Amino acid sequence: MKIIKLDQISNAVIDLITHAASNLSEDVIKSLNNSSDIEISEYGKSVLNKIIKNAEIAKSENRPLCQDTGLAIFFIEIGSDVVVKDGTITEGINQGTRKGYEKAYLRKSTCDPLTRKNMGDNTPAIIHYEFVYGDKLKISYAAKGGGSENMSRIKMMKPSDGIQGIIDFAVETMEIAGPNPCPPNIIGIGIGGNFERSAIIAKKALFRNIGTINPDKELAQIEQTIYNKINKIGTGPMGFGGVCTALAVHIIKEPCHIASMPVAINIECHSHRHESVVL
Amino acid sequence: MDFKKINTPLSEALIATLRTGDEVLISGTIYTARDEAHRRLTLLIAENKQLPFDIKGQIIYYVGPSPAKPGEVIGSAGPTTSYRMDKYAPTLMEHGLKGMIGKGKRSDEVKNAIEKYKAVYFGAIGGAGALIAKSIKSSKIIAYEELLSEAVRELTVEDFPAIVINDIFGGDLYNEGKLKFAGKFK
Repeated sequence: MKIIKLDQISNAVIDLITHAASNLSEDVIKSLNNSSDIEISEYGKSVLNKIIKNAEIAKSENRPLCQDTGLAIFFIEIGSDVVVKDGTITEGINQGTRKGYEKAYLRKSTCDPLTRKNMGDNTPAIIHYEFVYGDKLKISYAAKGGGSENMSRIKMMKPSDGIQGIIDFAVETMEIAGPNPCPPNIIGIGIGGNFERSAIIAKKALFRNIGTINPDKELAQIEQTIYNKINKIGTGPMGFGGVCTALAVHIIKEPCHIASMPVAINIECHSHRHESVVL
Repeated sequence: MDFKKINTPLSEALIATLRTGDEVLISGTIYTARDEAHRRLTLLIAENKQLPFDIKGQIIYYVGPSPAKPGEVIGSAGPTTSYRMDKYAPTLMEHGLKGMIGKGKRSDEVKNAIEKYKAVYFGAIGGAGALIAKSIKSSKIIAYEELLSEAVRELTVEDFPAIVINDIFGGDLYNEGKLKFAGKFK
């Protein structure tokens, strides 16, 4: 049995939020540098260099990389031997979100969907839970901006649409998105599950580090095919034209109903702020 | 690439010299507004009421900055996606707005209004909010304070970096850029 106090969770969340806001992770910086090397468009190269410069300024001056410091998204893995004291994990995460966004001078972006009144503290966080064996609590966080999220799509496809249908849907989604989601983008794809699961696993796919290879060989191949096709669209960095529209394509699949083939495409911007911690 | 230095307010003569793909450095006063502020501004126009600032010749920057830390002018301040303001932008151009700064595609209605009312749409680099903030020298909320980051601000900018997306001649950098590089990835 391992006891974790609510404040420990909250403090860990504050650290994740404040650090991620101004420090782009190594995998993203490396992939931006690679893109800058292969970009043939003058505008595109210039944009990528400014994005890299922005990351340097954000880090050295401790400023948010982007003013859209996102909705706070969490994937939590709770070990079977973990007991939380002084409250629930959800309360701990929301407390950390409230304090972290305030402490680091981050923008509060949650609002009532109808009145549009700002909630004022960036809560509620969006939290997904998984239960695993062991005595650890793993908290993975991403600051997810609205611009890229707005261009994401979901489709209840027919089994007969097959792999080609999935590829076409992903590429079409990026064609429609064009410059809007701040390319170059990371594209998370969820295949299977049901309506809501496909979207959740598409989001989860974004948490995989860029540059890692999908252990499922068939999915790795599909990722490569989609990546190549997206970069052939011509959108380029910020949509000014170029060959770097995708930084990475990540796929997760899950079993689905014999009648269905749900596919969700979750687009993430180049300012891909993601971090995790294990308690 | 050469930059064109331009100052606000924008004259029609200046706008006529701007072409899609021109990189510009903007100096002077600009105003911020996002979704809700646009709804309110166009509502004031519909009711024949005065706007919180004179929009003739001015630029509106689509931005909701992060809060300024003590001693700072503004937090990070990159552009938000422009299409959400498409419903309102033609009305503002009809009443004198000359420039918009944002990111992403505009509707045909907005592009037509840009040609008709002789205005210009500039793109700034999304996700470069820390870099862009360096060109903002002062910031003052002038309306709708309760909208927090979405309040209308008057900004003084110096060499604010942007690029002409839509000009008065029907040019569109997003279409042209895409056409030029489609199929070029190896």
